[in-house]
Amino acid sequence: MSWEPVIGLEIHVQLKTRTKMFCRCELGFGDPENTRTCPVCLSHPGTLPVPNAKAIEWTVKLGLALGCEIAPHAVFHRKNYFYPDLPKGYQISQYDQPLCTNGRFLVPGPDGDAYVGIVRAHLEEDAAKNVHVGGAAGRISGADRTLVDFNRGGTPLVEIVTRPDLRSAEDARIFLQLLRQTVVELGISDAEMEKGSLRFDVNVSVRPEGSSELRTRTELKNMNSFAFAARGIAREIGRQIEIYEKGGEVDQETLHFDPTREDAPPLRSKEEAQDYRYFPEPDLVPLAPARDLVERARAELPELPGQRIRRLERDYALPFYDAEVLSGLPALAALFERTVAAGGDAKATSNLVMNQIVAAGVDPAVVDGLELAKLVEARGRIPRAALDEAIAASGTPGFRADDYTADTAITDAEELRPVVERILEGNPSQVEAYRGGKTGLLGFFVGQVMRELGGKANPKVVNELLREQLGL
Amino acid sequence: MIDTLRLTAEDAAALLEDGEVAAAELHGAYLEAIRARDEELHAYLTTVDAPEGEGVPIAFKDVISTRGIETTAGSKILAGYRPVFDATVAKRCKQAGLPLLGKTNMDEFAMGSSTENSAYGPTRNPWDPERVPGGSSGGSAAAVAGGLAPWALGSDTGGSVKQPASLCGIVGLRPTYGTVSRYGIVAFASSLDQVGPLTKTVRDCARLYRIIAGRDAYDSTTVELREPVEIPAAEDLRGLRIGVPRELNEVEGIEAGVTDAVRRAIDLCGGLGAEVATCELPRSVEYGLACYYLVAPSEASSNLARYDGVRYGLRAEGNGAIREMYERTRDEGFGDEPKRRIMLGTYALSAGYYEAFYGQAQKVRTVIAREHAALFERFDVLVSPTSPTVAFRLGEKTENPLAMYLSDVLTIPSNMAGLPGLSIPCGLSDGLPVGFQLIGPQFSENTLFRAGHALERALEFDFVPPRLAAKDRA
Ligand SMILES: [Zn+2]
Repeated sequence: MSWEPVIGLEIHVQLKTRTKMFCRCELGFGDPENTRTCPVCLSHPGTLPVPNAKAIEWTVKLGLALGCEIAPHAVFHRKNYFYPDLPKGYQISQYDQPLCTNGRFLVPGPDGDAYVGIVRAHLEEDAAKNVHVGGAAGRISGADRTLVDFNRGGTPLVEIVTRPDLRSAEDARIFLQLLRQTVVELGISDAEMEKGSLRFDVNVSVRPEGSSELRTRTELKNMNSFAFAARGIAREIGRQIEIYEKGGEVDQETLHFDPTREDAPPLRSKEEAQDYRYFPEPDLVPLAPARDLVERARAELPELPGQRIRRLERDYALPFYDAEVLSGLPALAALFERTVAAGGDAKATSNLVMNQIVAAGVDPAVVDGLELAKLVEARGRIPRAALDEAIAASGTPGFRADDYTADTAITDAEELRPVVERILEGNPSQVEAYRGGKTGLLGFFVGQVMRELGGKANPKVVNELLREQLGL
Repeated sequence: MIDTLRLTAEDAAALLEDGEVAAAELHGAYLEAIRARDEELHAYLTTVDAPEGEGVPIAFKDVISTRGIETTAGSKILAGYRPVFDATVAKRCKQAGLPLLGKTNMDEFAMGSSTENSAYGPTRNPWDPERVPGGSSGGSAAAVAGGLAPWALGSDTGGSVKQPASLCGIVGLRPTYGTVSRYGIVAFASSLDQVGPLTKTVRDCARLYRIIAGRDAYDSTTVELREPVEIPAAEDLRGLRIGVPRELNEVEGIEAGVTDAVRRAIDLCGGLGAEVATCELPRSVEYGLACYYLVAPSEASSNLARYDGVRYGLRAEGNGAIREMYERTRDEGFGDEPKRRIMLGTYALSAGYYEAFYGQAQKVRTVIAREHAALFERFDVLVSPTSPTVAFRLGEKTENPLAMYLSDVLTIPSNMAGLPGLSIPCGLSDGLPVGFQLIGPQFSENTLFRAGHALERALEFDFVPPRLAAKDRA
């Protein structure tokens, strides 16, 4: 029998608002413990939450980017449980009336577009951080003491829950990367897993191919990178298939990964049905995002990475892989588009941009599209070395492709040598400076030779001659 | 010689303004009265020796956070807790120049109707020390009635300002929900808690309400007042349409003496020019109490979760395990009534019960609000006794929580609807004060003050407890 994985994700994204969700403590990462606190986020008696308007606005923005409906009436609920990192004994979260529901997130793939259903995206407050002291490194089991750092407590947190629409570990990786890029480009989160500003749990089950049943799922927690998650998911899929094929049953359980040790096997725990006693937060009034604000946010939404991949594929007939790589860095995609607009062949431009520009470490944002288009056009008939030189120089101000691509370029060293000598003799102070270590002047000499010859010299040969003459 | 038993806040302000009395002298007179009488009454948990402010001194129920001054909410679990910030109402009183005399006794976490649930011992009624002052703001009520403070702040969830005002023969206002900030008020039931003044006169009540009311950026459930607070001067009730809800005036358990005094006050309203008619509030009275005892404990069970021994207040050391520390701290720190309500509330919010209990109670609340709103299309004010009984004896109801809960049967319905209510003394029954409750639509405090003031003048009730007046003369 062949098996189909069924994967759903629950993602937490910390918003990078200036202040916390329900008090006006400034957010900070890496500050000394308990220096970003006030009576509200320490839950002193009588304190009350006051919602952060920016966080609400940004959640609406994110909801729109996820293709969600924005609720005209959303409610904060209290989620009640005892834990030292939760100073009120409840978390202010959202329950049956979240801000964003029922979305569809475009995930372009090599075999066409896929959509991942979004059940909901809601706004809540992050918990504080428990620091376990003594015992095994940072783990609660065996620790001597637990200290609490409340700096993180109350950070605005968006929880996104997908439908179980993902069918492979790779699908999950692509989705997560695209989602991460989306929140980063929206400017609402750093979404850095190392800092904990992006976290996710994965629900995994398998079922016979072609079936639509939903079997018992396990939950994978605390994964600290996309690659690690993809491996963990793949392993879990394999484990479940093996159990079913041996006639066994999968237990509903949670696998806790040790974020500090990727090689450690996950700790298993039975999923307890916790009763959080949700009820509407009486200290807050319901949220009612104004229609015109929502519509304005919708109008102001930038092109999203998923849409950009699809547009690059469609408008430029690029393979999915190219579109995905280019889209991964908006400046790269923009350079690609500038260059094609200036006449560059799309596929050739794409290759040049995502391979050579990236490899040369050139900042794509400062490269002139017209000049790069000339390089793309000339790439077949100029020496590889000349092209490399040109690419390397393409980010410098005043870069002219013609200096490297003139098609009647003189390549004969004996013909070029007198010109090179003449230029060096005419610029003694620069020569001295060069020999004194200002090797950046090489480009100046190349330029002078080129100008003398109306650009008709092979820059590689000129370079070699110059180095030879300058004695380096 | 300042007669603190008789001096109203308004009179005191006049004395200060005219320079006849210095602020320190006035303050000293109250401290002297506290020294003389509080050993018996036990109205205060904490007194302040050298307060700041040149105005009329005030006392706060110990549920109001005061920076640097112990705030216990009547609970052992907060023994020694000194807030690092002032509640908004405390800040507003400070800005108005009112020196703080001290913090007054209360039922633990405002849960109770007699102040016997305080972890620090009961407060006694200035009219009869064998009797309770009501609760949960019993300390504030006793302080004002006993001349230990010219005025005071309490908090009212199910009747905790109105009922002790009634039992102590003074004036108490429960304001419209959302007009007074809850920031810094140790929370009991967030959707019901509201701070209110306890005073000797309706004019004092309006003056104090004017100081504390209005939107607060720290409490997102507050709103701006629709009109400025007026200090009432009217001497008649011409044009006022008064409704007398039958259920609120005839419910089982109202003492005959209470009914008589209230009946006389209603007759007097007619004499002052009001149009008086009976009306009905059937569902509000039938379901109000049950509804309250689902909503309030539910919210309380969550609000009291923060007392976990981790950050402040009592911590009972366990065997090192966090669960055990929580359990021992909460077991040792909370008295019976908070425990009872935490259990009730936890149960009512549990999966499988939520819809039948908390969810249903919220729906009933809407019904109660609508039933009141319908009456306010025909009436400006609804009246009834504030409490079904006069002050009862200490210990009389402590063994029977349900009997105690019934003390609030007449104040709870309008509280559930978020409406303002004023209690003024309207006479005596067996030598003990009877309270008269005036309920208005949301934001009708000015109407309540006008009506209350006119009635107060006509009733000529003497708010000084005779036994204290006699003692003073002796
Ligand atoms: Zn804070």
